[in-house]
Amino acid sequence: MAAVGQVIRSEWTKIRSVRSTVWTLGIAVVVTIGVGVLICSLTSSDFNSMPARARLAFDATNISFAGMGLGQLAMIVFGVLVVTNEYSTGMIRASLAAVPQRGTFLFCKLLVATALVFVVGLATSFVTFFAGQTVLGDLRAYIGDPGVLRAVIGGGLYMTLIALFSMGVATMLRSPMLSLGILMPFFFLISNILGNVPATQKIGRFLPDQAGSKIMQVVTPANSDVPYGPWGGLAIMIAWTAAALVGGYVVLKRRDA
Amino acid sequence: MIELEGLTKHYGDKVAVDHLTFTVRPGIVTGFLGPNGAGKSTTMRMMLDLDNPTSGTVRIDGKHYRQLQDPLTYIGALLEAKAVHGGRSAANHLLCLAQSNGIPRRRVGEVLDTVGLTTVTKKRTKGFSLGMSQRLGIAAALLGDPQVLLFDEPVNGLDPEGIHWIRTLMQNLAAQGRTVFVSSHLMSEMAVTAEHLIVIGQGRLMADTSMKEFIRQNSRSYVRMRSPEQEKLLDLLHAEGMQAVAAGNGSLEVDGVPAERLGELAARHQLVLHELSPQQASLEEAFMQLTAESVEYHAHDGEPVPAQAGGPPAMQHPGQPQAAGARPGEPQPTGWGADWQKKKRS
Repeated sequence: MAAVGQVIRSEWTKIRSVRSTVWTLGIAVVVTIGVGVLICSLTSSDFNSMPARARLAFDATNISFAGMGLGQLAMIVFGVLVVTNEYSTGMIRASLAAVPQRGTFLFCKLLVATALVFVVGLATSFVTFFAGQTVLGDLRAYIGDPGVLRAVIGGGLYMTLIALFSMGVATMLRSPMLSLGILMPFFFLISNILGNVPATQKIGRFLPDQAGSKIMQVVTPANSDVPYGPWGGLAIMIAWTAAALVGGYVVLKRRDA
Repeated sequence: MIELEGLTKHYGDKVAVDHLTFTVRPGIVTGFLGPNGAGKSTTMRMMLDLDNPTSGTVRIDGKHYRQLQDPLTYIGALLEAKAVHGGRSAANHLLCLAQSNGIPRRRVGEVLDTVGLTTVTKKRTKGFSLGMSQRLGIAAALLGDPQVLLFDEPVNGLDPEGIHWIRTLMQNLAAQGRTVFVSSHLMSEMAVTAEHLIVIGQGRLMADTSMKEFIRQNSRSYVRMRSPEQEKLLDLLHAEGMQAVAAGNGSLEVDGVPAERLGELAARHQLVLHELSPQQASLEEAFMQLTAESVEYHAHDGEPVPAQAGGPPAMQHPGQPQAAGARPGEPQPTGWGADWQKKKRS
């Protein structure tokens, strides 16, 4: 049996010794914070000209996470690269020859990547919240307000789960192009379309990103008929992620490397 | 020691490896020879538990690969040279492999020194030549100081000096009592490296014999004769009851008669000879004959293949020294010499 501690150390070396993974994480941080602050400052100057209904439903916390939609794309790339780097280079054979227990191998790889994403995601979430609130001035929310801390920690969890879901999908598909070709348009376009077209709304809200992003809301929009709360939404996202990971594990276990 | 028992691999209907049973013993270099597509790499991947066999087993020192604690310290393998992340430095590539098996960090420096890559340890492997990548792959195989070593086509991409180096390295490793198993599609390469030989064709075991025995059984000696009066010479030889065959490039090949007698015979009948030379058939030819029926990728079935087309694979490596017995310029059976390139491309 391969010792888990050894494999974790090895996977950490793999992540930190390649530029692409470090870069994509950096981009996720910069985009999430940058776009969040930008939207906050635009909102803050436009607030008085907004219709009354919009002002009533204004969610100062959630608006500071406006960069998440773009930032998550970089997180997806990170998740995909961490896994598919092994396959696209052929390194997977050396890796599995070194650690023939494929379950241990996958567990350690995902654990290291997930821990890293969680730390980075959580830090990003706090920074983008405080930076956004500073820009919002009078409209700002405080970290002690009801539900706000949950939303900020939830932002970190959301980014982590998005990356982990991508890792699961990438383990199933193995190819970086195929994985990104499916995940990027899905999260950037398809999920949004399904969630906003009335006919498909009821299905769309059960997609991982839409359900998961509920955790970052503090003010529930009036007459919202979403059938789950913030934690319920996160649970749906966790279920998606678990399914992707189980699929990835089964494929890794069964197929020839 | 590596023991294979009834190892079989099917890809759908296609049988890649067909009930292979053999043992690779320690202390010698064992050559694993077969034309492209014979199942060499598949067999090696199954030895490392990368591919699941359809049936049969592989045991490394009596254990399944998966049962080995820190497998790199038991068995080291070079599969594909370029199977490294190009963005990672040579040292980090080896470090992450070492860490996963609890191998001390200092081994990274040691093996890089062994393979002669000390000047590029911090360089990203993207810029490595094929030869450098081969050396890095060999460094990875040596990392855990294992008793068993697998090398899949290790001389590919190496210059003559590199080929000499890897040959010596493999022989030294075997002399230390290790098990060394090396695949190749070049008989000439095997002849100077391996002590024992395992030949497969279309996944089946064709020979499992010592190199000496293989040479003794398979090298044909004959005399080549060339004459402007070839027809007359042929009639004369037949009249004397000798086995003579026209070789296609204007020469005759005579089996089982010493050159002296042939020369005297020609002189007695006042026939002009342009050539009279004793020849030894190359092992390459013996190997090709052995695997001729099992070659998977035939070049042009039914079409005449120019006698010199492509030459034998040994000639595709201009830098490689001709091994004993290899005869450049000799007509070659059309088997896999021409296919060799075809497969490489696919």
